[in-house]
Parts: sequence; structure tokens; C-alpha cells
Amino acid sequence: MDTQSDARPVLEGPDIARVLTRIAHEIVERAKGADDVVLLGIPTRGVFLARRLAAKLEQITERKVPVGSLDITMYRDDLRMHPPRALARTEIPGDGIDGRLVVLVDDVLFSGRTIRAALDALNDIGRPRAVQLAVLVDRGHRELPIRADYVGKNLPTSLRETVKVQLAEEDGRDTVLLGAKPATQGAQP
Amino acid sequence: MSKILIRGAKVLGGEPQDVLIEGRTIAQVGTGLPAEGAEIVEAAGKVLLPGLVDLHTHLREPGREDSETVLTGTRAAASGGYTTVFAMANTFPVADTAGVVEQVWRLGKESGYCDVQPIGAVTVGLEGSKLAELGAMHESAAGVTVFSDDGKCVHDAVIMRRALEYVKAFGGVVAQHAQEPRLTEGAQMNEGVVSAELGLGGWPAVAEESIIARDVLLAEHVGSRVHICHLSTAGSVEIVRWAKSRGIDVTAEVTPHHLLLTDELVRSYNPVYKVNPPLRTERDVMALREALADGTIDIVATDHAPHPHEDKDCEWAAAAMGMVGLETALSVVQETMVDTGLLDWAGVADRMSFTPARIGRATGQGRPVSAGEPANLTLVDTAYRGRVDPAGFASRSRNTPYEGRELPGRVTHTWLRGKATLVDGKLT
Amino acid sequence: MQRHLISAADLTRDDAVLILDTAEEMARVADRPIKKLPTLRGRTVVNLFFEDSTRTRISFEAAEKRLSADVINFTAKGSSVSKGESLKDTAQTLEAMGVDAVVIRHGASGAPYRLATSGWIDAAVINAGDGTHQHPTQALLDAFTMRRRLVGRDAGLGRDLDGRRITIVGDVLHSRVARSNVDLLHTLGAEVTLVAPPTLLPVGVETWPCEVSYDLDSTLTKSDAVMMLRVQRERMNAAFFPTEREYSRRYGLDGDRMARMPEHAIVMHPGPMVRGMEITAEVADSDRCTVVEQVTNGVSIRMAVLYLLLGGNEPAVTHARTTEEK
Repeated sequence: MDTQSDARPVLEGPDIARVLTRIAHEIVERAKGADDVVLLGIPTRGVFLARRLAAKLEQITERKVPVGSLDITMYRDDLRMHPPRALARTEIPGDGIDGRLVVLVDDVLFSGRTIRAALDALNDIGRPRAVQLAVLVDRGHRELPIRADYVGKNLPTSLRETVKVQLAEEDGRDTVLLGAKPATQGAQP
Repeated sequence: MSKILIRGAKVLGGEPQDVLIEGRTIAQVGTGLPAEGAEIVEAAGKVLLPGLVDLHTHLREPGREDSETVLTGTRAAASGGYTTVFAMANTFPVADTAGVVEQVWRLGKESGYCDVQPIGAVTVGLEGSKLAELGAMHESAAGVTVFSDDGKCVHDAVIMRRALEYVKAFGGVVAQHAQEPRLTEGAQMNEGVVSAELGLGGWPAVAEESIIARDVLLAEHVGSRVHICHLSTAGSVEIVRWAKSRGIDVTAEVTPHHLLLTDELVRSYNPVYKVNPPLRTERDVMALREALADGTIDIVATDHAPHPHEDKDCEWAAAAMGMVGLETALSVVQETMVDTGLLDWAGVADRMSFTPARIGRATGQGRPVSAGEPANLTLVDTAYRGRVDPAGFASRSRNTPYEGRELPGRVTHTWLRGKATLVDGKLT
Repeated sequence: MQRHLISAADLTRDDAVLILDTAEEMARVADRPIKKLPTLRGRTVVNLFFEDSTRTRISFEAAEKRLSADVINFTAKGSSVSKGESLKDTAQTLEAMGVDAVVIRHGASGAPYRLATSGWIDAAVINAGDGTHQHPTQALLDAFTMRRRLVGRDAGLGRDLDGRRITIVGDVLHSRVARSNVDLLHTLGAEVTLVAPPTLLPVGVETWPCEVSYDLDSTLTKSDAVMMLRVQRERMNAAFFPTEREYSRRYGLDGDRMARMPEHAIVMHPGPMVRGMEITAEVADSDRCTVVEQVTNGVSIRMAVLYLLLGGNEPAVTHARTTEEK
């Protein structure tokens, strides 16, 4: 858990609301009205972000935007490096994803491995027209050829730093914290 | 004539004394005996007992020489301080004829490590239906006096009655393996709380107790003596106590493992704990100790039951029943009876030598440690404590439930009619 | 969680809830067009069945395949086992082939425990039923079914069976299902009552964490779930009860008895059912009977167990819901 006393906020509540509004507008623009968009959040915090984005998209387009969740645990490439993790919910909206524009939503983009796993998971669920990625923070250090289509904030970091997103739904407040990794821990993403 | 002077041993646990052996006989017992010309065995602090007598051993020969032979079994016996073992009849072929008992008897003579007194089967092939030639076995060179279908119960009441009656003619005794067969179909362990949880077929105490009750009444009715093998339950103790109080000529034995181990050990599903009769509860163990102390149970007998490794290195249900016991018996008795204050060493001599020899009519065995008696002796280092290491066993089999367990006491010397069979813990 | 799953008694409350929650997610995979997850790719699981049980074997097999494990089926019939090869030799043969887990069904109580603790093999051992001892995945799928029906699919997540009254009826003496269920249901906070003729209850049952009754009718009205155990007709010949008719009259579940159960209460059966013996066709085919659901849930539960034991570098750590660091 993130208890470092030296962690400092890089985005606060109003900033987060603002960048989500911006991303919503970008989605509408790039998806030409967003009428076939399906938002899939990656648990845990990606799901809350996806729901917030959906609400904003509905405000803009005055249409219902399907939103769901995509748990990638079983598709991770580092399963053998940890004890098995508890699974989170995969909830695909009723009409499915075939032929739709799926926008994956996550809180932080780092190595890209989570997104690779998400693409694999999607593959087992259906065949979208296209897949895009929206993240609140891109902290760099990619290990795979993956990039985000919508980025809330580009945050240059060193590998010794940690980025922690807190959202009201889970953590009681909205903030993004940049901290230092305790010296004993490895540089595992 | 060879002379051995055992110096400063606590004879039957009493004051230190010297014991001088000349040839096959104890020549003198006293203090400050002259040492000249004698081999000296320094025995200060050790306890000297009469050579132990085991009324219940499985030597497996003929037929299962992969688990034990008369030679390896008697070496194990000498290691454990025994000078006589009674060899059970459930061999292949069964010891139900004069020919087989003589063979076992002769193999015992040849081994030279301890006397082997064959036990004859009560019924042909241990099948419980037809009496074996009990008289012929008695008259054979083996001179059989103890008869038992051990491993199986003489369950037919009429056969049991006839056997009890018949052996009176030559002073024999029937040693009953008390197990009601119908009540123990599929039995795998003591029936109770643990068996219920483990889902293993139960061997109820009543299956033993009902047979003992029947047999003491039969013995009373026909005026015979009866011996009860490996008594294992608190209820059996009560029945034997009652029978003795009525003057019925009954004797009973308990095994070392039933004095120490309980069915809780079965939770490991490790077949080293699989034995027949099964390990019982703590309450039974305490009742058995008390009964051995007060004489309700007359003797300790090992039920030494060697099995090859593969018969124990498997799942519980597939495993053979039985444990080796000759080489750990005295240690277990010290642990459970002496160190607990229930029995002194004179009591141990009685339960493990004098009385078993008397029940089995083993002449020259189980005699007092005094001048003129045969020099069958066992010297015990009672201060020793150590972990049981089956790798050091003389027995061909290693199926001991005590592996790695710390036990007190160690037999350092055994003499069979003046001849050392064990010296400083090493077989000669 | 421990490395092996041998007995339902080895599971803590948190272990059990984690398995049920995981199974709930696994269940959703069955609704997808591609009912497969890559999670156990490269893991080899052997189904080592010394006892015929097609139902349990195919349930495990389906679970293993949905998780992409390599599956080897080894059935004792017609194999070297029937020629006298020991459990140990068989296990070591499989070990030599590089097996990660052994799902074992054995007629001898304790055989899976022995396999897991004797040092014969390194693989994880999952008990698929041993003698009259344990059948932990059956108890888990039963608890899963109860939680879904009595607490709710989503409402049940993270929760146990606190205060639910479960009645288990029939041949408890010979039943590994009953033993496993008593252990697990107790752990999950349910109140269990065993109902059977005294001949079909083990000596020692009084120490189990449950109530015991000889009277079905008085317990039915106080039950949230009634689990009927199979009663083999052969038991009659061993004098466990006088006749089939008398048994089913006293301990069988028919429509009349079912009508006396609370409205929400369900009827369960581990299968295979002996219709007309412990359960009438009317009850077996009613909406309240979950027997088919239990079969479906069995696959989800076994997927969950396999994932939690084999999905990582060690078994799942209960309740360390590790938030990921990014």
C-alpha cells in the first residue's frame, strides 16, 4: 500500500474531472459521435474511470453509452511470478463488443503488459471493429509496443518512483500521488 | 570353563552386586567377588534382569523370509535383551503339524541367539474349523505347549471349548487372538472419534471384549487355563479383572505399542501405525498401564510383526498390519511403566521374564538371578536416552512406529546360558 | 491456502470464501463464446482415477481444459495398477513425466493424503474423493450452490453461509460427501443437522460440529437446504435397514415432505440419485432440486481450485488482495 509520507499529489480532484471531460470530448471527436463506443474499464480503478467517462459521454451525446469491465488477471504474463490473485469482475454490456469500438480504460499506463493481457482477453470475448486505450496517467517505461489513444496526463517518472491513483469510489478521494519506492522492493511493475 | 564377572550391576534394580557366571550357570551373586580368571563386565549404574521372554513373536519363517527369518528374528531378540521367543504359528505353511514346529524349533537351535519355542496352530490352516494335531505337536521335539491361531480368532465357540479342554491333557494353553470376525469386517483402525473423521473402517472394542468375555467363561466352565493375546481395551481389562477375581485361570498380555501409542497417530494415514488389534484411545492406554502394574495383565509380549517395506509404503487400506517390537520393547516399557513410577525393575523382570516363561512352560528361562540358575541375563543401561533409528535394527524389517522418537534405556549385554549374544550393544 | 486440497477441514473461512468468489467469476466464462482461459497453459494435470467416477472425472477435465491445462487421464481399470503396481509407483511414473498436479480419486480413505505427504511426488494433490473420507470439491460446489440460491449470486460475493440451516440426510456412515460438507459448512458458519437411521451414522459422530437427528420430519421445517445422500441398495443386505420401503418411508424425500419445507428451501443431491429410494421423481424433477445446477457449478468450483492452487508460483494467499503497484 501506498503509505510513503513523501508521496506528493500530481493531480487533484478538479484536475481529474477536467482531464476526463477532455478525454470524453476527444473520444466523441475521434469516434465521430461515439455511437458504437463500448467502454471497458480494467479493474479496479479503470472501472470507475470508465463509468465516469461514460457519464460524461452521455452528457455530450445524450445517448446511453455501454460500459463494462474487463478483468485481465487470468491473461497476465506474470502469473507464475506471484501467488494467484483474486479475480475481479468481467462484465460485458448486453450487446457485446462485436463490430464496436472498444475503448479500454485504465488508471496508469506503465509497462504495457496489462494492456497486452487486456487485448488477449478481448480476443476471447469477441471481435471489435477497433480497440482504443484511454488512461488517466501515462508514466512511460513501456516494455511492449503499446501506446494510449487518450492520455489524461503524461507524467515522466523514474523507475524508482511509484504512481498511485486514488478515486473516491474506492479510496474516498480523487488524487494521483507520485512517491518513492521503498528501497527493499524490486523494480517490478 | 569360561568365567564372566558382571561387576556392580543393580540386580533387578536393587543394590549393586557382582554376578559371576561360570560356564552356562550363575555361580555366585554377591559383593566384592574375585575377578581373577574372569572376563570383567563393568556394570555400575546398569540394571541386570533375567533374560527376557517374549510369548508372542512372528519370525515369519517358513514362508515370508523376505520380512524375517528365524536367524534375523532371534538376532533382533538378542538385541532387545530376549533369551526366549515364542514363534507364532501363522507361517506358510502354517505351523499346524509336528513337522513345521520341529523345523522352526531346529532353526532356533541353529541360530544360537535365543531359544525359539514354536507355538502350534489351534486349528488346521488357522481356518477355525478343525483342530490341528495339538498332541502331536506337543510330543514333537519342539514340545509345544502354547497354541494359537494368532492373526485370526478362534471364533467358533465349540472349537474354542474343545481346544481349551483338549490341551489340559498335557498342560497346554490356548492363546486367543480375541477378535469377533463379523464385527471387524473391513476394520482398519479403532472405531471411535478418529475413525469417524478419517473414514476408515472401525474395529470396535466390543469385538475384542465379547470374545474375551466368552472365553473366560468357557475356561471357567471346562476348568482350563486360557491366555489372552495383546489385550488392547479398557473394557478387556475389566473383564479379565473380573475373571481373575472369580478364580478363572486366565492370563493376559499387552504389547509395548498399546502401552504408548494411540489412534490419534492414525491421522497421519501412515501405515506404520496400522496394527491388529488397532491402536486405541488415551483412556485405553492408561487402563492398560494400570492393569499391567496391578497384575491384571500378567505380561508384556511384543507381537513383533515384521513386514517388508513395500507392505507399509502404500496407502493405509492396502498396508499390512503389524509392527516390529523386539528391539524397542524394553525401552517402551521403561518409558511407560518404570519412568512413570508404575512398575519397578523387579516388576519388569516379572512381566517380561518370570511370568511369560511360566505361562509358556519355558524350562530354564525366566529364572531368578541367583546362584545355580542358568545364566540367561540382560544388562540394561537405563540412564541412556536416544532416538530410535531403524537402520540399526537386527530385524530384517523396519516397520517400527518409533522411528525418530526418543526413548529411554538400551540393552547393552545379553547372555544366553552364559554365552554372550550381545556385547556393548553389538551382536556377537 | 495450503499447497494441496485434501480435506475440506483444511480450508479456513477466508480460503473457502475466496474459492467461492473465484468460482463465481469462473462461472461467467461459461457464458462466453470462447469458454477458455489461458491461465494454466503449460501446466500438466493428471486425473488419476483408481475408482470409476465418470461424472467427477469429466467435471475436472472440463475445468482443466477451460483453463488450458494439458490433461492426462489415468484410469486404473485395464492399467498397470490392476496388475499390482502400487500407488507409489504409479505416482512416481507420473511425476517423472513432469506433472504439476494430480487429481486423485481412490477407494482407500487417506490415499490422497498419503500421496501428498509421503515424499513420493512434488506435484500438488487435489482430492477428488477418497474412500469414505473426503470429497472437498463436492463440498465446495455444494456450498457454492447454496450461497447462490440462499444468499444470491452477486449478493453472496465475499460472504459465507452464516446462520443458514442445512440438513444432510442418508448414509452418513459411508459418505465422504457428508464428512466434507459438515467440515466446510461449519467453517462457513452454517448450522448443519445430520439425519439418518442410527445404523448409518458413524460411532464418534457426536464430536462433529453439527446436530444429529433420527427424525426427518421434525428437521425439514427448519431447513434452508436439504441434501439427500445416495443410499445404496446393497446396504440393506448388511442390515443397515430392514427394507428399501421402510427406508424411503422414514428417510426418503417425497412431494409431501418437500411441501413442508420453507418456501425458499432447496433440495440438493450429489448424484447419482437413486430415484424411489432416497428421493422421488417428483422431487428430483422439481424447480427446488438443484442437482443439475450442482453439476454445472462443479466445473466452476474446480476451475477456481485449480487456478488458486496452480495459477501462480505458489498457492493463493488468502485475503492479501494485493493492490497492484503501477
